[in-house]
Amino acid sequence: MRAWHFTEQSYAPAWDKADPMKITVPSELFDPETASNLLNRHLDEWIVADELGLDIMVNEHHSTLSCMSPSPTLPLAILARETRNARLLALGIPLGNRPDPFRIAEEIALVDLISRGRLEMGFVKGSGWEIFSSNLNPARFMDRFWESHDLILKALTTHDGPFSWEGEFFQYRYVNVQPRCYQQPHPPIWMTSTSPGGAAPIGAKGYVMASPMVGEFVKHAYDTYKAEYFKAHGHPADSDRLAYLALVAVGNSEKEARIRAEKVKEHLRTQMSINPAFVNPPGYATVDANVQGMRAARKGLGLGRTLDGKGLDFTASIDELGEAGVLFWGTPDQVYDQIESFYLRVGGFGHIMMEAQAGHLTYNETVDSLSLFSEEVLPRLQELSVQPIEEQTV
Amino acid sequence: MTYLPTPLPQRLDVHGLGIEMDTFGQGRPLVYLHPGDGADREAPFIDDLSRHFSVFLPSHPGFGLSDLPREFNAIDDLAYFYLDFLEQQDLWDVVLVGSSFGGWLAAEIAIRNTSRIGALALAAPLGIKIDDRERRGITDIFSLTPAELTAHVRAEAKQEAPDYRQTPEEVVTRIARNREALALFGWSPTLYNPRLKYWLHRVDVPTLVLWGDSDKILSIAYGDAFCQEIAGAELSIIEGAGHYLSYDKPREFTASIVEFAMRNGDSA
Repeated sequence: MRAWHFTEQSYAPAWDKADPMKITVPSELFDPETASNLLNRHLDEWIVADELGLDIMVNEHHSTLSCMSPSPTLPLAILARETRNARLLALGIPLGNRPDPFRIAEEIALVDLISRGRLEMGFVKGSGWEIFSSNLNPARFMDRFWESHDLILKALTTHDGPFSWEGEFFQYRYVNVQPRCYQQPHPPIWMTSTSPGGAAPIGAKGYVMASPMVGEFVKHAYDTYKAEYFKAHGHPADSDRLAYLALVAVGNSEKEARIRAEKVKEHLRTQMSINPAFVNPPGYATVDANVQGMRAARKGLGLGRTLDGKGLDFTASIDELGEAGVLFWGTPDQVYDQIESFYLRVGGFGHIMMEAQAGHLTYNETVDSLSLFSEEVLPRLQELSVQPIEEQTV
Repeated sequence: MTYLPTPLPQRLDVHGLGIEMDTFGQGRPLVYLHPGDGADREAPFIDDLSRHFSVFLPSHPGFGLSDLPREFNAIDDLAYFYLDFLEQQDLWDVVLVGSSFGGWLAAEIAIRNTSRIGALALAAPLGIKIDDRERRGITDIFSLTPAELTAHVRAEAKQEAPDYRQTPEEVVTRIARNREALALFGWSPTLYNPRLKYWLHRVDVPTLVLWGDSDKILSIAYGDAFCQEIAGAELSIIEGAGHYLSYDKPREFTASIVEFAMRNGDSA
């Protein structure tokens, strides 16, 4: 099991001053001095994570108070120099929203070289609402995603001079990435999905699949991934092919952990703070998915469910979210127990992606929470396995 | 959405591209090009028009359950498709009517070839850029919720969130395909073709431009701009009508078209 530290680098100081927080929020709400301090502080937290033996995950969003990073390769280029051992994961680069795949390949190669081969490249669909920022066409969104994917891989693995590309969505005269990647043939690839439909192509390709915050529903995606992986590769997928992303807050006492958990949970409300017209532009979801969604009796995003089957949304308590596997929190023992229980329920995974800083959680709280996790939780997680006992003893 | 797109009973093959269509009435051919919400065979104005014309109501490629060839990605493709359609149906002296997105499409057809068109009626057509680069000439309907959109396209309509729980799956599929097709052809530049205004001088048939005085998507100045580029085009304002003037004022809409068609065309 590998554990990754992640923060969205949000601008929590203005969360009470704007609703919605996305796309139309005025930038005057950002105080330059405060934003500068926060961005530097989050880099410091990642450097601590590296020293604690954790890996690093960075994302991107646009025009929002919930994330200040416009491209994961920018912070990762800094961390490539400032860290020593951590794997550096961009999760992710939203291919459907990026107009220039050649440039994506160039930036990947640069970060991989500076970090001496520690980059992991995550290609994600991205949020529907950010199509309103990129302004690329939401129709045929995933077709553009896959053409971008194909082009980036060819760009990273072609070393005998340029090639031309005359695709449906992208055209280039000379694609020629200079310099080429440190890792050969290319850095490991990650993708994200929470649904069986999304998991199938990722499993067939054998990429690492990360699934964020859906609780035990993730099992459907994992099972599909494993089936498709087996079909394509002829052997079962190792657990290192699957990752799960959750909020995490560890404290020295349950009381301290509860305070921290309430703070990181605040991040969930930023997800709700959006003009509903921006959530699902036409074409972002398939026609079938839209038909299902439009005819569904219950609307809204699911955040897993409790052990007795209660479906959760953003109004859930931290106790419910803990049980559902959306927010692991408590003392190190409690956090271990929650993750172990969840791990066994969903059939295991090889990476725990921890959103261990969110909302108003301070630097000291974040570092203390990460330290407790790294020293008292992670070593025990290494022993976790979903293999039957008789197989383990062979 | 202001109406539910209805199934059209005929299936037509045009050079291998299958579309849905319906036909009504007898007389001079009138082809009605529907707005972004898709074709609606139950609209009262269709019934009204069919008392005077042989009405063709096709569903554009990609809309309703009409095919969408992979190669199609711009309004030009729809325009060439309809030139094929007019040829295949061997229609002459056509009254070509389009509303909103369909009006834009009618103009795109007319700048290419008017040989089979006798009169052109554009009801609040989208399709051209007015104002400067920092001002939208067209309300961004993609930034509206379905409830807000309903209130924007009609002169007087409450914001009401549509409830599709009891709507047949086939109808909801049409709605989802209509939305996606409208994005494919109109997402950006948002609902216009930067080159259309330049070519509008090629429209060499009598043209009526209809506008509602309560249009919340396009201003009357937008209608004026359209008329300025087409020689002899007439701008006619319908009072109390919004962007979907054929729904808000079906009688006035039909009367304007009948009167205009009587004055213009081979038999006029």
